[in-house]
Amino acid sequence: MKLTLKVWRQKNAQDKGHFDTFKVEAHEHMSFLEMMDVLNESLIAEGKEPVAFEHDCREGICGTCNMVINGRPHGPMQGTTTCQIHMRHYNDGDTIVIEPWRAKAFPVIKDLVVDRTAFDRIIQSGGYISINTGQAQDANAIPIEKDTAARAMDAAECIGCGACVAACPNASAMLFTSAKVSHLALMPQGRVEHSRRVQAMIKQMDEEGFGMCSNVGACEAECPKEISIDNIARMNRSYVASVLASEKAV
Amino acid sequence: MGISIIINSFVQLQTNDLITVFMNWFFNFLTSSIGRKVIMSLTGIFLMLFLIVHLAGNLQLLIPDEGEKFNLYAKMMTTNPIIKVIAYGNYFFILLHAVQGILLWSKNRSARRTRYAVATGASSSFASRNMGWLGVVIFVFILVHMGQFWFKMKFGDLPSVNYGQYADGVKDLYTPVAYAFKQWYFVTFYVISMVVIAFHLNHGFQSAFQTLGLNHRKYTPTIKVVGSIYSILVPLGFAIIPIFFFFFR
Ligand code: HEM
Ligand code: FES
Repeated sequence: MKLTLKVWRQKNAQDKGHFDTFKVEAHEHMSFLEMMDVLNESLIAEGKEPVAFEHDCREGICGTCNMVINGRPHGPMQGTTTCQIHMRHYNDGDTIVIEPWRAKAFPVIKDLVVDRTAFDRIIQSGGYISINTGQAQDANAIPIEKDTAARAMDAAECIGCGACVAACPNASAMLFTSAKVSHLALMPQGRVEHSRRVQAMIKQMDEEGFGMCSNVGACEAECPKEISIDNIARMNRSYVASVLASEKAV
Repeated sequence: MGISIIINSFVQLQTNDLITVFMNWFFNFLTSSIGRKVIMSLTGIFLMLFLIVHLAGNLQLLIPDEGEKFNLYAKMMTTNPIIKVIAYGNYFFILLHAVQGILLWSKNRSARRTRYAVATGASSSFASRNMGWLGVVIFVFILVHMGQFWFKMKFGDLPSVNYGQYADGVKDLYTPVAYAFKQWYFVTFYVISMVVIAFHLNHGFQSAFQTLGLNHRKYTPTIKVVGSIYSILVPLGFAIIPIFFFFFR
């Protein structure tokens, strides 16, 4: 299949950036990233600069294959990362526009690669959880209701890719932060430091320059792991309760 | 001299205390991203309650009594001390909501300075993406509306009518309202503004609950339905009044 790609090119954070148009010959069995590899190989063969894009696992778990494809983070399919899209979902002759995540807090490093270390700093600000070291504990030493464990697991599915920020008109990181807050807050092990953690993580999130949540819902619609905005509500109420009740300001 | 030092250091202490209390956590809370949204949500909910009361009052315009009920109600609204306190709260909350809303909006826009070349917007509602623009139109509407009726009632010299309850009668607000609602441009402006409010509230109602963290599998579906009904019925109720006057009075 013959495709036309319009790909965002940007040398570094200072560069203004522009679109380059390429023709690619792809096969419908290829994954989206393999199609990008074909493009890059031909660019290298021509002695041109290949398109910089991030990828690692290529199986939907690392959260690095980030691109906005025709206006949608991770492309057209529900609950799917870019690396899991296959070219059979496109038609011969299609034009595909590929852009990086766009957010003030995610400056472009090069082409489609953005700096997502703001997420790392939010996670770091969350600190630790207290567990006993030594012998591995029996898995069922602390009884946890099945539903609760399932909801914690749903939140823990977040792969930190940043599609929520990319999709949000306010470039808000609330879905990410709330998933990270929730998967610990729902479990007894994580509840010990919860009050301090939720305050610290929101403080860090605010400092990184993300926007605020307008409850638009584009984040959960575009999230490749289908994290729900129920987590945002949970974070909001536990933040307010923590701020009002805690004896020490964070 | 001695006394002024004591007073000064006392004042100093008090302000320092206040600053530690407010700066350290409460101020931080109110200026955090979630704190700001909590302010939007609480003021928004207050304004939505106000709209119901306001609508109930205004619907008296439809009673065919040459405005007697409405004028007596308007008199009560401007004189009753409890209503006065609520009214000042209301002015304050509108301003707080509007100022906070515009600050929030500009901060949110600056968090996404470069736009996407392809913008689908497919995964979100029109209203949710345009709360700021909708709010600005509502604000303009409120200014025009208050200049037109509220200012006249408070400070203008409207002719009086006497229904017997008050010795020197009550101001006749009904006549200027009836007159305004005979002008096609006012009627159009009012009706369009109500459509804008409907969109603002269609997203705002359920959003206010989500912001406060009041999201629950059992209750959220009900909140969404009630929100949709509210956001259609209340603006519709307001819009019916000028339409009715224009065509039938
Ligand atoms: C009749 C008057 C109004 C009512 C009843 C009302 C109600 C609401 C409600 C309930 C919300 C949702 C709050 C939340 O998301 O937590 C909201 C949001 C908002 N309102 Fe209003 N509003 C009114 C007027 C205005 C005005 C005059 C402005 C601005 C000039 C404005 C600007 C906004 C903005 C920007 C938001 C979105 C905040 C965000 O989530 O990012 N509103 N409003
Ligand atoms: S490359 Fe790891 S999620 Fe796509």
